[in-house]
Amino acid sequence: MKEYRTISQIAGPLVFVEKTEPVGYNELVNIVQADGTIKRGQVLDTSDELVVVQCFETTAGIGRDSGVRFLGETIKMPVGRQMLGRILSGSGKPKDGGPEIVPEKRLDIGGAAINPYARDTPRQFIQTGISTIDGTNTLVRGQKLPIFSGSGLPHNEIALQIARQAKVPGSTEEFAVVFAAMGITKEEENQFMQDFERTGALEHAVVFLNLADDPAVERIVTPRLALTTAEYLAFELDYHVLVILTDMTNYCEALRQIGAAREEVPGRRGYPGYMYTDLASIYERAGIIKGKKGSVTQFSILTMPGDDITHPIPDLSGYITEGQIVVSRELHRKGIYPPINVLPSLSRLMNLGIGEGMTREDHKKVSDQLYAGYAEGVDLRGLVAIVGKDALSERDRLFLEFADLFEDRFVRQGHNEDRAIKEDTLDLGWDLLATLPEEQLVRIDREMIQKFHPRYRKKQAAEGGTSSATATDLGSGAS
Amino acid sequence: MVTAVDLDAHMYDVVKVGHEQLMGEVIKIQGENIIIQVYEDTAGIRPGEPVENTGLSLAVELGPGLLTSIYDGIQRPLEVLVEKMGDFIERGVTAPGLSHEKKWEFVPVKKAGDTVGPGTIIGEVQETNITHRIMVPPNVKGGVIREMRTGSFTVEETVCVLEDGTELTMMQKWPVRVPRPVTEKKNPDIPLVTGQRILDGLFPIAKGGTAAIPGPFGSGKTVTQQALAKWSDAEIVVYIGCGERGNEMTEVLTEFPELEDPRTGKPLMERTVLIANTSNMPVAAREASVYTGITIAEYFRDMGYDVSLMADSTSRWAEAMREISSRLEEMPGEEGYPAYLAARLSEFYERAGRVETLNKDMGSVTVIGAVSPPGGDFSEPVTQNTLRIVKVFWALDAKLAQRRHFPAINWLNSYSLYLDSLHDWYDENVNPEWNRIRAWAMEVLQKESELQEIVQLVGSDALPEEEQVTIEVARLIREVFLQQNAFDPVDTYCSMAKQYDMLKAIKTYADRASAAQRAGVLTSQIVAIKAKNDLPQVKFEKDYNVLLEKIYAQMEAEFNALKEA
Repeated sequence: MKEYRTISQIAGPLVFVEKTEPVGYNELVNIVQADGTIKRGQVLDTSDELVVVQCFETTAGIGRDSGVRFLGETIKMPVGRQMLGRILSGSGKPKDGGPEIVPEKRLDIGGAAINPYARDTPRQFIQTGISTIDGTNTLVRGQKLPIFSGSGLPHNEIALQIARQAKVPGSTEEFAVVFAAMGITKEEENQFMQDFERTGALEHAVVFLNLADDPAVERIVTPRLALTTAEYLAFELDYHVLVILTDMTNYCEALRQIGAAREEVPGRRGYPGYMYTDLASIYERAGIIKGKKGSVTQFSILTMPGDDITHPIPDLSGYITEGQIVVSRELHRKGIYPPINVLPSLSRLMNLGIGEGMTREDHKKVSDQLYAGYAEGVDLRGLVAIVGKDALSERDRLFLEFADLFEDRFVRQGHNEDRAIKEDTLDLGWDLLATLPEEQLVRIDREMIQKFHPRYRKKQAAEGGTSSATATDLGSGAS
Repeated sequence: MVTAVDLDAHMYDVVKVGHEQLMGEVIKIQGENIIIQVYEDTAGIRPGEPVENTGLSLAVELGPGLLTSIYDGIQRPLEVLVEKMGDFIERGVTAPGLSHEKKWEFVPVKKAGDTVGPGTIIGEVQETNITHRIMVPPNVKGGVIREMRTGSFTVEETVCVLEDGTELTMMQKWPVRVPRPVTEKKNPDIPLVTGQRILDGLFPIAKGGTAAIPGPFGSGKTVTQQALAKWSDAEIVVYIGCGERGNEMTEVLTEFPELEDPRTGKPLMERTVLIANTSNMPVAAREASVYTGITIAEYFRDMGYDVSLMADSTSRWAEAMREISSRLEEMPGEEGYPAYLAARLSEFYERAGRVETLNKDMGSVTVIGAVSPPGGDFSEPVTQNTLRIVKVFWALDAKLAQRRHFPAINWLNSYSLYLDSLHDWYDENVNPEWNRIRAWAMEVLQKESELQEIVQLVGSDALPEEEQVTIEVARLIREVFLQQNAFDPVDTYCSMAKQYDMLKAIKTYADRASAAQRAGVLTSQIVAIKAKNDLPQVKFEKDYNVLLEKIYAQMEAEFNALKEA
């Protein structure tokens, strides 16, 4: 293979090479330093005179005396079943002292878009055991639902709790976790790894680690390696894969860094104008394909700089992902775990996975009513701050109390508390709604109220009602 | 982006790049250098590979087979792509927009000896439940028919021969960036009935009109667009998913064939053409998708149909322009968008309209564009440039969405400039009282927002008695009339008659309440009237009249009881 010694310029992660034979766009590159060390890179621009190479590692040590070899192929990743249980670096090399991965297949990491026509609609409810997610922002298989958090908030704990508890009730299909860390600290890494080991999750996990002190440019490939692995496990080996990507903010910073090095025209706040498309090429790699057994569900974590949801990173993410779970500093300060603020949170695919035959027929309406009641109560808090509680009408006072109750009982739960959707989450919702006057429950139709409202459930129990929905209640009513 | 040399090319010519023959378009000519935007991923393409010019500009195939199809941004049928290259979209595969093998039953409506001109309808094909009218292409001069054929033909076979030897098939090709000609543009004066109360009731759009739905993420743009695609009384719907989510397109694909058109009872899919260029599909094809969609819409309009086109989202389209422009290293305008953003947006929306077609029929294209402003900030360039053009503005509001008030359209910021031109239609087709009741409802909502400011300062008890009733009435309008559940089988579509009946019932309560107040009844008693608590239930009842009568009777009884006491 030809080695060029025609490096003309090195700027940040970019290496400019002159007078080459025709080189393909996106081709893989080895840069050989004078001491024999080999660094990897990728072609960003190619023409007759000049090739621009983006180096995945630090360019320290590369000089005009270094050689450049073009490998003639785009980045391919070896994948195989053996990857389960392995810990790899951010560029896919074993990091756990184990052997190299024996490839069953070598896949392009760019990942072609799934043809929308080949997709199947995600509609299988995943129970996370967290009421604010299951009850009001339901996750379904094949969805991409990120956590929007801020620095210093317990998003890692929430992600871990979800990874531990997530299951499809009644299903015993094989599942796997693909975990990709981008620029997280060693301490955070330990937190994740210890939890994985403690719960035995590591056995069916593939871990990619790019830590804070690893090269920033490597972060560009880490999520793509993780998703390529996930797609292989899901669509070739029939696994249901949960992908956890953390922290997407670090990924975007790396993207900005490269954009700046290439002297591109920057978009909002210095991030490249193509960041939407770039993020989409990561987030969109989730879903279910018709005729395939597996699925890819994506749970990414991003920290909103300055808790600002309008910052380009959460903003562009929110336009691509199917909803968002927003972690609130205010709730965290109140000592509530998990501090999920349901008001700005949303799951777009929720309606596909809930209702009769999936969770329960009252799910949607209970959720809407909880939202409406909580929103009203939160608004009233602002009013109380100005006019005092006494100026409120009786109705308003009930809503105000409802908001407090909602946070205290529905939002708050233990780190290991795994709530079942029907028995725990939805019935808890009804118990809270029962504190409001019945005619204020305008989001729920009469039929549902008569079937599920605690008042009628008790009455039915007294009359010896036998409908299945009230069966669990009979016991408690009698005792 | 690829630069070619020694290529004889014109602007916007379609070219084939490299050994894999990737499709691209010429977007800049600079001396010897021809700059090509490629519609597919260019990884692995090397300098020195061949580039071949087709000499044609980007065009779509128009003819039987369009309906129920789902295309990518450059009219490749996604269904065919799955067969050709599997579940993922690989590159270098071409597929014609229409099936060239399928035979259609062609029934002529003209005969030999008739004179035809551009746009004349010469025959019909029963495509789905929609009759596909076969026209003389607008760029064919026309003349006297020498021969007219009947029977089963593919779209490439000749069905009609003119005296000058011109052979006509059922298929026409039209360049997407050029608007199809019409005889004359007319003023839109018929509403597009959507079955959505806040739209039909407060901020209606006319057939052939333009509307924008801007809103931050999660405020319900897509749900609103899909509700419009499902229920608006257009005869043909073109839905463009431009740079949006793959799973959402799948939802449309699985849902539409199962849903029934409330007017014809046929599956909604039969009148729909879908264009899906999801966010991770190539940017250049995303830029083209909007033009592909509107050209298809114009084609059906030329047959004399009312077409509505939903573009979700035009911001993604604008961003595609920005990405392409920045790669060309053009001087950026506001926020990095190209300086021609405003011109492109207005050219696009101007292709909407209610028109007299070349065949002298009436047809229309209604364009409804979603806008996704960064951070929900309406002052950004795409929203602002769009608002300067469109006549209807449906402002989505994150606050409303957060409390699950859907559709989350803010009734104070939104507007429709078609109210005056639609006035007579409502008089004739809904109720002579409609326009007055509508104005009354808007007034109450406006009043409420003023009162809310006072309530925020001093609490609701401090309001005068009559204003407390206003607050209650406004609450009813908001919760009963404006909120609509797109996921409830009955409430998802609300006829104009039902909309009138619902608003009328609320008005009746309001009138009775003020009468009772004048008669000295306490406000707290008026607000506590039980009959109105059943009003939300009306939404979910198919035969709501029984319930409504019950409510009227109970209201009557309760008010009378109050007066006597």
